[in-house]
Amino acid sequence: MINGPNIRTEPMTVNIGPQHPSTHGVFRLRVTFDGEEILQVEPIFGYLHRGTEKLAEERNYTQVVTLTDRLDYVSSMINNQAYCLAVEKLLGVEAPMRGKYLRTLAAELQRIAAHLMGIGFILQDLGTLGTPLMYCFRSRERILDLFEMLCGARITVSYMRPGGVFFDAPPDFWPALEQFLRDFDEEYKELGQLILENEIVMVRTRGVSYLPLEAAINGSVSGPVLRASGLGWDWRKVEPYDAYDLVEFDVPVPPYNPAGGDNYDRFWVRVQEIRQSVRIIRQCAAQIEPGPVRAAVPLVLRPEPGAEAYGRVEASKGELAFYLVSDGGISPYRCKIRSPSLLNLTVTEHLLVGWKLADMIVTLGSVDINMGEVDR
Amino acid sequence: MYGLAMAKGLMVTLKNLTKKPFTVQYPEERLKQHPRFRGEEFVWYEERCTGCASCAKYCPLGIIKIVTSPSETAPAEGDKYRLEEFDIAINRCMFCGLCVEACPYDALFMGSGFEQGSYSRQDMVITIDELRQADKHPSTFYRPQLEAQEYDPRGGRPLDWRQVGRESWQWHQREKAGMRIAGRPAPGDGDPDGEGNQLSAPATGEG
Repeated sequence: MINGPNIRTEPMTVNIGPQHPSTHGVFRLRVTFDGEEILQVEPIFGYLHRGTEKLAEERNYTQVVTLTDRLDYVSSMINNQAYCLAVEKLLGVEAPMRGKYLRTLAAELQRIAAHLMGIGFILQDLGTLGTPLMYCFRSRERILDLFEMLCGARITVSYMRPGGVFFDAPPDFWPALEQFLRDFDEEYKELGQLILENEIVMVRTRGVSYLPLEAAINGSVSGPVLRASGLGWDWRKVEPYDAYDLVEFDVPVPPYNPAGGDNYDRFWVRVQEIRQSVRIIRQCAAQIEPGPVRAAVPLVLRPEPGAEAYGRVEASKGELAFYLVSDGGISPYRCKIRSPSLLNLTVTEHLLVGWKLADMIVTLGSVDINMGEVDR
Repeated sequence: MYGLAMAKGLMVTLKNLTKKPFTVQYPEERLKQHPRFRGEEFVWYEERCTGCASCAKYCPLGIIKIVTSPSETAPAEGDKYRLEEFDIAINRCMFCGLCVEACPYDALFMGSGFEQGSYSRQDMVITIDELRQADKHPSTFYRPQLEAQEYDPRGGRPLDWRQVGRESWQWHQREKAGMRIAGRPAPGDGDPDGEGNQLSAPATGEG
């Protein structure tokens, strides 16, 4: 508050959202400003609550796969994967090798799609009026076409099942994948030229909204937001699942900065991760061998009473985990979802307080939340 | 440096300006879906359906309604159930395809339409009569036998119930006992069905 001899201002509380187009969903922020500067911020969510955890308790184990598509609806494949891994742990079965490779491949394609959207929307929030966003969407569209070939749907894929994937890829999938990867190399290079060295992006994002590593760890932050703060923690490396221990990839981490990761670092991590995902996909396509894609598990599953399992994956936004408890029935007794977006929001205050209004939306974009997953 | 990055960015824009547009003008131009596309216009073959209601039980939303009555002259041979009602409320359908996956007799298929709009909810319920009369253009989703035929649901050739099943007829235990309707191919004596498809193979014995 500026109090001079002739001027006296008061803090003003502004409500942003839940219908604000830049909050990436029905997310609401109650922000107290002093002029342009943020003094206090309170995130309010729950506008997209659909009771997924409760719904899961009254559907059988396979039917729940369809619910997981709708959690983080820009990375459905990875949600399927996390859930299926949890059920497989619960039952003590393992997917066959080809199923594992197909899951890894699909999850990495989805990671590219999700990161493209994340990157595109940061640029949109920076005021690029859609052009780079449309470049990102163009590439994402090609990935969705591949998903349509693979499983018949583009967004709500329901491709994976406990014990593998529901079906093998059709024969025309592999040439299409090859063609996509070839074209995407060019598109990715273009995207890098357009945005990574762009002066306006640098000025707007460098040195804005630092998140120190300690604060990130204390807030249980995971995924690209955590890695941008300087810790190369990735569940695909730390606790490899599916075929991740059979492929080579790096975890991109920006140079350590004691002040923490800024908006540019979070943005940069996503751009680099896309390249690693392409690497993984190429290796999967080269290593995959014919064989069954689904373990012989029945349609209606009945795990042991009292069995519990925690299956986690590195989703596009961070650590996504399903905790399942069985009472011996055909549906889970309890299904707890640890969603990365919700926990990444715990540092909102840390990221926003002290910064300007114009940076607020960009910072939110750099955290890359998805409300379907926050509210569940 | 400022100018250089700007120039690079503008070069990308210029390059894309000369490219052919990626988008299509939808109602006039159409993209072709993959044959595996899970869409509406469910395809149902009454001759194959035994009224077991696996699809209804397996639907996560419970939108399939099946009413059967005991009958001696049911179309599906060997079974004593005639289908009175088979309604699919596609206004709530999320096209997950689990009903098709659950069908052990290859009687239910996804379609490949995606543009059904309606002014009332009642119109969005596909009734048994509509299913009977509809043109049969099944999607190849979860049906490897159609994929092997290189069948394209948008190709214009409707398939009748004899063309959509798995190669072997072993799945129908009662057919082996000689109960067969006219026009149905005789059961193959050789290899039993079930290669890679043990999940949807029905239990042996009396169903």
